[in-house]
Amino acid sequence: MTPVVDVAGATVRIGAATLLDGVGLIVHGGETVAIVGPNGAGKSTLARLMSGDLAPTSGDVRFKGRALSSYRPRDLARHRAVLSQHIAVNFAFTVDEIVRMGAGEARGAEIEALIAAALDETGLAAFRRRELPTMSGGEQQRAHFARVLVQLACGEAAYGPGLLLLDEPTSSLDLRHQLDLVDSAKRRAGRGTAVVAILHDLNLAARFADRAVVLHRGRGVADGPVRDVITATTLREVFDIDTRVETTPGGLPAILPQAMQVARDA
Amino acid sequence: MRPHPAVVLTGLTVALLAVAVLALTIGAAGIPLSRLFPALGLGVAPDGAMLARDELVLWSIRIPRIVATAAIGAMLALSGTVMQGLFRNPLADPALVGVASGGAFGAALTIVLMDAPSIAVPWLRHVELLPLAAFAGALLTTWALYAISSWRGRTSIAIFLLAGLAIAALTNAGTGLLVFVADDRQLRDITFWMLGSVSGATWGKTATLLPALGVGLLAIPFIARGLDLLVLGESEAFHSGINVQVLKVLSIVVVSAMTGVAVSISGVIGFVGIIVPHLLRISIGPGHRLLLPASALGGAMLLIGADTLARTLAAPAEVPIGILTAAVGAPFFLFLLLRQRSLVTL
Repeated sequence: MTPVVDVAGATVRIGAATLLDGVGLIVHGGETVAIVGPNGAGKSTLARLMSGDLAPTSGDVRFKGRALSSYRPRDLARHRAVLSQHIAVNFAFTVDEIVRMGAGEARGAEIEALIAAALDETGLAAFRRRELPTMSGGEQQRAHFARVLVQLACGEAAYGPGLLLLDEPTSSLDLRHQLDLVDSAKRRAGRGTAVVAILHDLNLAARFADRAVVLHRGRGVADGPVRDVITATTLREVFDIDTRVETTPGGLPAILPQAMQVARDA
Repeated sequence: MRPHPAVVLTGLTVALLAVAVLALTIGAAGIPLSRLFPALGLGVAPDGAMLARDELVLWSIRIPRIVATAAIGAMLALSGTVMQGLFRNPLADPALVGVASGGAFGAALTIVLMDAPSIAVPWLRHVELLPLAAFAGALLTTWALYAISSWRGRTSIAIFLLAGLAIAALTNAGTGLLVFVADDRQLRDITFWMLGSVSGATWGKTATLLPALGVGLLAIPFIARGLDLLVLGESEAFHSGINVQVLKVLSIVVVSAMTGVAVSISGVIGFVGIIVPHLLRISIGPGHRLLLPASALGGAMLLIGADTLARTLAAPAEVPIGILTAAVGAPFFLFLLLRQRSLVTL
């Protein structure tokens, strides 16, 4: 099966800095992949390669079997949807108008149903007429997630499963909405979407992803099932943290922040 | 709830026509409504003797002036709205951030250079150089402004306003230098730009304005959705399927063409590009598909009103319209700043 995303030997240099150094990542439809790593590890750069924001200095990014750079922006938008962090809206668009932007030029009863479903799923049905600048950061983030869900659904209706790319989607969400968002994303994967998320919270990553990719100083240092990757060794070598990794009754790795210590020999 | 687009556009069109008819009746030679329609060829004149005079005043002075004023107002408001969308900043205005000054510099340069005996190229006199030069000046300044204030897909409002200030100062220095070397006749021409006026409007000048306005209006369907998505950020617009480079180039060219050509006819008229879109956003929302055409109508209406005031306040003398819009617009801008100082992060 052709992977949805195929990043091969991607290196990104800006000036003298090497942000990514020969990173490879293949994601198939239906997979949930968490990209984890400390600050400056290259997570966002890798996400920007996959979204098409950035072209690699060397290496190759393919999307559904075709070179990513050969897609026009409009076509790409039908195959992948991206939720970025920190979106500041200076104009008084309502939640309804923002979410509707996900549908592009499309109109009709199906679109209305998609919009209503996305608003329900993000818990914003009652906020439809609210203007974005008057809402909290978390509520705004949920509105953008609803917009991204609509964009994804419109594209998938026409072209089949695509890519959902989430860059720290939970950064300003409360616990309940973090879980909601992660579960929404998992449901998309259940229907064949390839879902890739940059996550700082390793516990949330464990709940969300089947597979974790660990980046460290621009290189991929681990890639595999979450329980094999999120280990005490990874935490010490990549995050400079000494701690035990517990296992939940469901078999997922669990890390207690209370039990963490900064690794002294780092 | 947002009002229905058809209602908004119809309402604004009716209001614009009403203001235009009112403006036709007011002036040094008053033409009451009872004589206006006969002179326009609608209905029978009650007084045949006045008819010829009324017709002359209307067709050769007042109508071209009002049409030109409407076009200029529409272009100023439209370019303000496009610029605010492009820079994702509700405080952007071509006159405020040096784009209009850039256009005026281009026009002033042309006035002085076309006259200089050593440079004068005879065939150039047959070309409408003034609007083209103003367009070029506006294009250059908009481009510089964008290059300076945008970095990695984000536009800093503080850098944008400060860069605009510097660019305005620079182009004004250039115009000042031209004033310094200009002869008396050129000086009068250049001073006219600095004050802003539509009193010189003729059918010929109106004919120069309309193509630029046409370019702006025709661009609306191509840039409206892109400008909406650009509000989220450049990357986000790209993620949503917008070719951001094409959108930016198109918007910059449209803003520069409209501002430049408007400036070449009327001089710098400030704040129309801020007042109109701001009031409209409050009442009809920020969506550009409706906001852009509504701005054009609102701008035309506002400037016809302002020009009618300018013609009558100190009649028979005329107050330069640029002074009038600044006198009203600058306090309005300060009011906006006060209201938004808690919301807008610089």
